Amino acid sequence: MQELVNRAKELLADGTVSRVLGWKAGDMSYNPEPAYFNSAEELENFVYDGFCGANLSKYMIEASKLEGKTLVFLKPCDTYSFNQLIKEHRVDREKAYIIGVGCKGKLSVENIKAQGIKGIESIEGAGMNDGCDTLTIKTLYGDKTCSYNDAMLERCHVCKGKEHQISDEVMLESRDTKDAERFAQVEAIEAMTPEEKFAFFQKELSKCIRCNACRNVCPACSCRKCVFDSTKYDTAQKANVTSFEEKMFHIIRAFHVAGRCTDCGECSRVCPQGIPLHLFNRKFIKDIDTFYGEFQAGEDTESRGPLTNFTFDDVEPSIVGERG
Amino acid sequence: MQRVGVFVCHCGSNIAATVDVKKVVEMVSLEPGVVHAEDYQYMCSEAGQARIDAAIKEKGLTGIVVCSCSPRMHEATFRKAAERAGLNPYMVEIANIREHCSWIHKDMEEATKKAVVLARAAIAKVNLNAPLQPGESLVTKRALVIGGGIAGIQTAIDIADAGYEVDIVEKTPSIGGRMSQLDKTFPTLDCSACILTPKMVEAAAHEKITIYTYSEVDKVTGFVGDFTVDIRKKARSIDMNKCTGCGVCQEKCPSKKTPSEFNRGLNTRSAIYTPFAQAIPNVPVIDRDACIKFKTGKCGICEKVCQAGAIDYEQKDEIVTQKYGAIVVATGFDVIKVDQYEEYAYSQSKDVITSLELERIMNAAGPTKGHLERLSDGKHPKEMVFIQCVGSRCSDDKGKSYCSKICCMYTAKHAMLIRDKYPDVNVTVFYIDVRTPGKNFDEFYRRAVEDYGVNYIKGQVGKVAPQPDGSLLVQGVDLIDNKQILKKADMVVLAAAIEPEKDVRRIATMLTASIDTNNFLTESHAKLRPVESPTAGVFLSGVCQGPKDIPETVAQAGAAAVKAIGLLAKDKLLTNPCTAKADELMCNGCSTCANVCPYGAITYETKEINDHGIRETRRVASVNNALCQGCGACTVACPSGAMDLQGFSNRQILAEVDAICR
Amino acid sequence: MSIENETFRPKIVAFCCNWCSYAGADLAGSSRLVYPADVKIIRVPCSCRVNPMFILRAFEKGADGVIMCGCHPGDCHYSTGNYYARRRMTLLFSMLDFIGVENGRTRVEWVSAAEGVKFSTTMNEFVEKITSLGPNVRLEDLRCRN
Repeated sequence: MQELVNRAKELLADGTVSRVLGWKAGDMSYNPEPAYFNSAEELENFVYDGFCGANLSKYMIEASKLEGKTLVFLKPCDTYSFNQLIKEHRVDREKAYIIGVGCKGKLSVENIKAQGIKGIESIEGAGMNDGCDTLTIKTLYGDKTCSYNDAMLERCHVCKGKEHQISDEVMLESRDTKDAERFAQVEAIEAMTPEEKFAFFQKELSKCIRCNACRNVCPACSCRKCVFDSTKYDTAQKANVTSFEEKMFHIIRAFHVAGRCTDCGECSRVCPQGIPLHLFNRKFIKDIDTFYGEFQAGEDTESRGPLTNFTFDDVEPSIVGERG
Repeated sequence: MQRVGVFVCHCGSNIAATVDVKKVVEMVSLEPGVVHAEDYQYMCSEAGQARIDAAIKEKGLTGIVVCSCSPRMHEATFRKAAERAGLNPYMVEIANIREHCSWIHKDMEEATKKAVVLARAAIAKVNLNAPLQPGESLVTKRALVIGGGIAGIQTAIDIADAGYEVDIVEKTPSIGGRMSQLDKTFPTLDCSACILTPKMVEAAAHEKITIYTYSEVDKVTGFVGDFTVDIRKKARSIDMNKCTGCGVCQEKCPSKKTPSEFNRGLNTRSAIYTPFAQAIPNVPVIDRDACIKFKTGKCGICEKVCQAGAIDYEQKDEIVTQKYGAIVVATGFDVIKVDQYEEYAYSQSKDVITSLELERIMNAAGPTKGHLERLSDGKHPKEMVFIQCVGSRCSDDKGKSYCSKICCMYTAKHAMLIRDKYPDVNVTVFYIDVRTPGKNFDEFYRRAVEDYGVNYIKGQVGKVAPQPDGSLLVQGVDLIDNKQILKKADMVVLAAAIEPEKDVRRIATMLTASIDTNNFLTESHAKLRPVESPTAGVFLSGVCQGPKDIPETVAQAGAAAVKAIGLLAKDKLLTNPCTAKADELMCNGCSTCANVCPYGAITYETKEINDHGIRETRRVASVNNALCQGCGACTVACPSGAMDLQGFSNRQILAEVDAICR
Repeated sequence: MSIENETFRPKIVAFCCNWCSYAGADLAGSSRLVYPADVKIIRVPCSCRVNPMFILRAFEKGADGVIMCGCHPGDCHYSTGNYYARRRMTLLFSMLDFIGVENGRTRVEWVSAAEGVKFSTTMNEFVEKITSLGPNVRLEDLRCRN
């Protein structure tokens, strides 16, 4: 981690960049948060470890408007988001100095808590130099351990790979964390009866409190003004009285990012209610791959997205019923 | 909130017989914004429009809803009426309570309820309407005619005579089309070539007409008044400026085995050829698939014998890009393939032919020099059988559901011509019905029966069986005498159904003109706009729109020309104001909308935006109203909803949805 | 609910493109080809104008079925609109299926201006299908029930 700080200081010192976008420690050791650093002194608060899951690419929309370049640390999966933002003219490549930073799989304290570990005070073993085997958790009730992989975010189990899609330089090693099929969860739901599917989503979505965390964190959901805040649709900021509105919100949100979503998994990571929101996006990704050929948003900055493209012999919508 | 007036039309009894119009008036009066509601016998009549006028003025209406027939019928009428009364014409909405309600529902209560719902949806929409102003676009004073048959030629001459430039694009090496293949024409029996050739010459000589033969339309962009078309002039391998049309090359060409398209494959032609003697232009083309020089690199005889030095083996396809104000489609027809009807033995016997092949056989310039003879052995036939409706009026998938319209008459013509020239030949016609609605048509048919002794049998033929002696055994039924018929024939002639030229689908797609399930181009209105395509600026001439004979084709060609002239006579057109519009404050500048725009109407500019006090430079979408045609693809592609469609805005459509689901 | 079921008449919203399907519906009308009054048509310029939001909104407000009709692929008045619409609707319908909405509440049919018969047949079939599925309860805002 120190090498990242040193390199950032160098780039600040030689004037290559005017500021640094990274992570700083939060109130707990397991919740670092995105932060700007304007000086070498401020960089003393810089952290980078297994809990730095936040995808910083979206912050570059605002950073692109600032004077001078911004040094941004992007993990391999974040670079897809950044590319997608370039494609949509939302970020300025010239305003970014990208350090592709290695990733050994990002952790979720929720997964640790889910194992019955309570009263967490601090967690050790999440550093980039640690072995990624076991986390030691200091709790009010004494030390507990948890395997690194069990604490990993779902998205890391279906990792897209160690390659950075865009960067000016790469630092730190990445680790292969993929140990699950990307579409297994989607397939499991597809295999359910309509009643089971409905019950599943009814249960999950009824937890939604419309806090908009998913929307705020999503690099694809970067509209200046969301349709759900717009008077043009008469859907603005309504309280959710019925379950339908959560469904509508989440379906439309997923639809608006379909073909643009890089599957970064931030929506599920930040959801305070633990709703597996990535399932919506991944369902669209799976359908797009099946119907229109494999497509990974953010792999490049030029290609047409699947919903702004077509072929003359695309499948008909009736295929949905036919597949049964 | 608008001040809305609702006008419920009885349409005589068309609406009022099924929809309780008084009830509709009563119910819509309760809707928000409605300050006036009335019903009237015929809203589209002058008196009806006067009521609208009066109500707008007296009640100070800011929007009106007319509950009447389809907006495709009278939206324009009511918009004009509103405009005359001082209302913006786009403050008018139509509730279609005739085609979508009274005509399809029987129960009055149910139909009335539905009419009220449709009216509510229109009221909800008009409450959100905003005045729109159409823009203007310039008209290019030049017309394109696609197809150089009699339809295309007549249209081109008529437009050119009115003083406008016309280009004809014909895919074969000569203009003339199907009519040039015909021997005689019904019901006058005059010679087809004798009446067609002067028209061809007139078109070719006309100073306003440019003819592109052996050419195809490659690409069409733009819209009414301003189409841009790429015409592919296929490599003719002949320099048209040098060729004198002497014909020596064709005589000397050693490759003479290609079936002649013009003679329907009944004889062969050379690789370098003009399709027929009166071809215009009288300049041959080299069929590169048949030419020895192109296939092997050796030969080159035509080049050696051409004294004009017109042969050019290096010639390449050339693209001519031209702008047009109007486009007329005159792509014509072909006859269906009859080899799928195994029962008629077309592919088994050379003596089973189609009527169009018979035209060539009867023609002095045809494969038999006009002598009626069997193609198998050259013998003179004694018994001829004509089978009607081969592939026409079929209920199965094999044939066409429609009547090809011309077959009854040309068969009578053939029968008469044969009986006239060869009184020793017996002619029998198997028919389902004989259809002769046309001036002098029935008289013509009766002459065939009464004066020429043609034997008409009502009934279908089940099988044509080639016999070992070379004759054909025709097995049919006589429905009037209710008996089986076995008839020995020397020749059998099939009245094959006609179908639109294969290429028409590609052309329709390029023009975004509608096409029906039979590949005939759809007219804008079956009765009142029969020569206009629903696509503005595209007109229909001849059989591409539906089966017709020569006089009908010529009449329609003239009508299409008049419509095109009416368009070209204008200097400017008003453009559809229902175009997309981007809300700059909401636009992300992401280019998604531009990616789906079929007209390239969306561009981006980087400009200073004042977003509620925050000033910043942003990349925002801007729509070119002259190019935007208002499809709305961009509005759905736009994730933020910044892009909206005027006249069909998100709020308007959602209001309609809400009103219907209420 | 069960009492309602006996006389259940579905609410059906049909989005029709102006150039083909709306004209096809007009032809069905002028040809007097009967289909149930449950179908209410909303005219849009092109199938590509149909926002998934419109469809969900219809369900929210109590529609039992939503059908979208456009020009046949290749025949779009705007050349390409229905190709985009086809992809959008395929994905949307698949998502509705994914969250457990009964198959068949949504449908896309390509109807040309000349296909009055097809329009009528399609609407008859669709109404029958929706009637057999019964009232839409999975996608509606219960507040909208009267």
